[in-house]
Amino acid sequence: MNLTTLLLTLVALSAAIFYTSRRRSLSKAKALGGQHHLNSLPLYYGMMACLWCALPAISVLVIWSIFDGVIIERIIVQSLPNSSELTSSELGLLINSIQNYAANPGSLTEVSDPAIIQAAERLVDLNRVNAMARALLVLIFGVIFGAIAWTRVSPELRARQFVEKVFQSLLLLSSFVAVLVTVGIVFSVLFESLRFFSVIPVTDFVFGTHWSPQTAIHDGQVGGSGSFGAVPLFAGTLLISAIAMLVAVPTGLMSAIYLSEYADRRVRAIVKPMLEVLAGIPTVVYGFFAALTVAPTIRSFLEGVGFENVSSESALAAGGVMGIMIIPFVSSLSDDVINAVPNSLRDGSYGLGATKSETIKKVVIPAALPGIVGGILLAVSRAIGETMIVVMAAGLAANLTANPLESVTTVTVQIVTLLVGDQEFDSPKTLAAFALGLVLFLVTLTLNFIALHVVKKYREQYE
Amino acid sequence: MNMATNTAETIGDNHQTVGTPFVDNAKLSMRNVNVFYGEKQAIFDVGMDIGTNEVMAMIGPSGCGKSTFLRCLNRMNDTIEGCRVEGDLNLEGEDIYGAKLDVVPLRARVGIVFQKPNPFPKSIYDNIAYGPRIHGLVSKRTELDEIVETSLQKAGLWNEVKDRLDAPGTGLSGGQQQRLCIARTIAVSPEVILMDEPCSALDPIATAKIEELIAELSENYTIAIVTHSMQQAARVSNRTAYFHLGKLIEVNETEKVFTNPDHQLTEAYITGRFG
Amino acid sequence: MNSNKPSTIDLVNRNLQKRYRAEKRFQIFGIASIGFGLLCLLVLFTDIVSKGAGAFTSHYIQLTVNLDPDDLDITDITDESQLALADYQGVVRKALRDKFPDVKKRGDRRKLYGLVSNSAGFRLQEILKNDPEKLGEQLTLWVLADDDIDTYAKSKNDAEPFTGRLNDKQIGWVNTLLDSGEMQSRFNRVLFTSGDSREPEMAGIRGALLGSLYTLLVTLVLSFPIGVAAAVYLEEYAPKNKFTDFIEVNINNLAAVPSIIYGLLGLAIFINFFGMPRSIPLVGGLVLTLMTLPTIIISSRAAIKSVPPSIRQAALGLGASKMQVILHHVLPLAMPGMLTGAIIGMAQALGETAPLLMIGMVAFIVDIPQSIMDPATVLPVQIYLWSDSPERAFTERTSGAIIVLLAFLILMNTIAVLLRRRLERRW
Repeated sequence: MNLTTLLLTLVALSAAIFYTSRRRSLSKAKALGGQHHLNSLPLYYGMMACLWCALPAISVLVIWSIFDGVIIERIIVQSLPNSSELTSSELGLLINSIQNYAANPGSLTEVSDPAIIQAAERLVDLNRVNAMARALLVLIFGVIFGAIAWTRVSPELRARQFVEKVFQSLLLLSSFVAVLVTVGIVFSVLFESLRFFSVIPVTDFVFGTHWSPQTAIHDGQVGGSGSFGAVPLFAGTLLISAIAMLVAVPTGLMSAIYLSEYADRRVRAIVKPMLEVLAGIPTVVYGFFAALTVAPTIRSFLEGVGFENVSSESALAAGGVMGIMIIPFVSSLSDDVINAVPNSLRDGSYGLGATKSETIKKVVIPAALPGIVGGILLAVSRAIGETMIVVMAAGLAANLTANPLESVTTVTVQIVTLLVGDQEFDSPKTLAAFALGLVLFLVTLTLNFIALHVVKKYREQYE
Repeated sequence: MNMATNTAETIGDNHQTVGTPFVDNAKLSMRNVNVFYGEKQAIFDVGMDIGTNEVMAMIGPSGCGKSTFLRCLNRMNDTIEGCRVEGDLNLEGEDIYGAKLDVVPLRARVGIVFQKPNPFPKSIYDNIAYGPRIHGLVSKRTELDEIVETSLQKAGLWNEVKDRLDAPGTGLSGGQQQRLCIARTIAVSPEVILMDEPCSALDPIATAKIEELIAELSENYTIAIVTHSMQQAARVSNRTAYFHLGKLIEVNETEKVFTNPDHQLTEAYITGRFG
Repeated sequence: MNSNKPSTIDLVNRNLQKRYRAEKRFQIFGIASIGFGLLCLLVLFTDIVSKGAGAFTSHYIQLTVNLDPDDLDITDITDESQLALADYQGVVRKALRDKFPDVKKRGDRRKLYGLVSNSAGFRLQEILKNDPEKLGEQLTLWVLADDDIDTYAKSKNDAEPFTGRLNDKQIGWVNTLLDSGEMQSRFNRVLFTSGDSREPEMAGIRGALLGSLYTLLVTLVLSFPIGVAAAVYLEEYAPKNKFTDFIEVNINNLAAVPSIIYGLLGLAIFINFFGMPRSIPLVGGLVLTLMTLPTIIISSRAAIKSVPPSIRQAALGLGASKMQVILHHVLPLAMPGMLTGAIIGMAQALGETAPLLMIGMVAFIVDIPQSIMDPATVLPVQIYLWSDSPERAFTERTSGAIIVLLAFLILMNTIAVLLRRRLERRW
């Protein structure tokens, strides 16, 4: 029985139990002289029984599904003649070919090793048994618990309260997902990073100025541990983010000021959504634009005015385009905080004879400053974490330079480069990506945390 | 006759302001003023003078247009979208709404204090120095220090804050904040100070201090004050104007308004029959 | 006071000009900023459209092909292996030789064969598979031109036609064909009907589109219910305590975590720990679910918050239980807001690339995915993959794919805006 059929059967079973339990509550009520003798509406009796049937069955299914793959794999491995002599990567390859063969016995790839064919046949067998056992267990659970619920249906049973409790627990569980995600992120990057730091010392990573992970590919090579000094990556990330902020902050802030303080309502209604379109464009599109249009243009322009050695993957192109992407982000956050500045302050300034720009520069902006700074911090965190633009338009060479016309690389570019394609999970090269991820996560988390806190405090001030 | 119940009849479209709305030494003179918010008319054909170094109180029930009228005098209504002002408003013969007039120097001459104290989120010193700085009134720091000190002294706040001029203005108490706002206005040395219910957000002690201050200021400044406390009007002003539903009903010597008003509506209001 | 000091108003007037100039400058700076933003938008769109418009047409060459069994080397039409291994290229080449009988030299002939895409052979195979009767017949059909030819033909009328690897003879043939009408530009159906390919003229976005569709389906099915449920809990049930604050801070922070981190999470948890296969829409959808969840929770909470408490009190006053209040009143009233949030979240997920690279949806996949368990790629990743290819035809297709992607995003956002307008309630 495959998964879809099993699920459909379970749905049918639950529906049947819902219906019979509802009927049972009605017939019991009838014996007493009407529906008002019931503690809850018949609907709730049905729902209660239905939950009793479905929840245990689904839990069993989930737990089973988590473990069955691992268990089956272990059985297969143990049945292989020389499994203990293989390294984990060889074993992985072997299992892969067994699985391929099992899924597709007549495939074009020739499998000659009889052990593999035997194992594959065994795998097919195990899978069949597994599916049957799973279906049987799940349905038995469903039937037993459903039946128990059905027998418990009585006018005194507080079915509605039960249903509401379950409902509330499900809601709580859902909101807990957010916490789980955070925990998941922390653990997934932390564990792999710790494994990385057990090979490469933390200080080498944080303070080292030479980054060339590629040499680490060859296993067992003398001195083949590569160098993982991440300083050039941090510097590159900062350089590109700084360029982006140089573009985005003045433009975004001034746009927000003009739109909220000067522009009349009709202009605002048209221009604001148009600027926000910039925020909705996928980053991969910006990357394409940066790599194929902006970078060559900048290069030919600068070479035209006499600069030499302008890289075609210059930090300037990637940072500039990233800045364009962040303009609406800065402008909508600034717009919010500028609008939160109470009008009485503006009136106070106008009443003294200040011009509009004086009022904005000397009263509104200083008053809104915490909020604006918070928004800019969020924008910085965004620039640091932005991936596609830099992957497509910035380079791979880890140059330690402050020259925006040279090519630099960033943390996100290296994460993508290290992890895209086939990898071995044990090599420091792969683990380095997680260490970079950890740094990225910690830095952006800190920035976000500070920014959100500042903005929140600012909001409360004027509420 | 119960005049309060049928006001439309008592103040027809072509009503005349009773009393003495016009004076000889007018600082501000207004004739045939109409104000509209979009379609809605808020002020109907108001005409009056405010004399030099006079304190003019404007009273009337809520929504009678007294604040709107006050805000016309230094064009604060410009900041409200859809607000339109018609009629002749003159500051010493200069047309306040004239095409040539520039609101920036106008507001330097006609300052305003608002209902709710609105100190800028800056230090006390910077609050006072704001006006002189933007207008470029001083070139040296010592001059600025002097202006800050005299303004705070005039506003009666100097002794309370002289040791903490760098503290934020928002940290002061409500009454102090309002006196700070007055000091901020004085710092520009305006000729006229408009006050829009300056004490309505304050406690009685703070109110008393502000009223004292108004009495002192009236020696050098022309003051127009909107209030809904009749006692306050009686205490601080030379003349009082009574507004009703956007119309100016009566202007008279304050004493006369509160003892023997010329119009029944004024009498009804000051005797508390409506308000 | 001091009589020889200039009066206030004189001082004010003296500085007025300068102050108004500053005012003007400030305003111009503001307008310039907005202008810069709008200009960027305009340049971006013009650039993409001008580069990508060509992707929706393709040049086809008319060939008269003789499906001769001997040439094809087919003796038994029912034999599938014969059908699979038949010499279709040879037949196509023969047709080309017939078209240009003057071309005799070996090198020239090889160049001549290069006019037509390799897909012509597959086309013939398809025809014979569907209709074996055609064997031995003579067919006139339009086959795809090679990408270099297509690029040249499209840029022929430009100031500098793009000749690329073509030599003068080939250009001559193309011009002959164009003049005689035997080569024409037609709507590029391939773009929408096939998957990825190494040959630009055969590459399409159908696979990527379906991959995106499956991925988004998984995302929507998971993130909307969980997001709404979490929002309901936080707004309606959660007690005001440390734990609730913690969840709230968590959600707000997650909304600002870089998307690539979610890719690392997916790689470490779903692929490494749970051993799910790489490159499948299911895992992609799971990762995007986690990524869009904060957005959906935040917008759903705003929607629930906007339902006035008076409605809850009215229902509670009639004896409704909390669950009934929520299910019967709060959720239906908040639904438009929540749907808008969901659509915006989906639009965000549709445009997302980086986390999907981490979980292997970046592989070169020719087959069209049939389910959420088949290896697939998505539209933005396809764009990324193509943008790396040096061929000009791929650049054109990349821009074409971007146009399609943007069209979907604009559609989704328009729906969100309309939904908000239509169903917005003012209390």
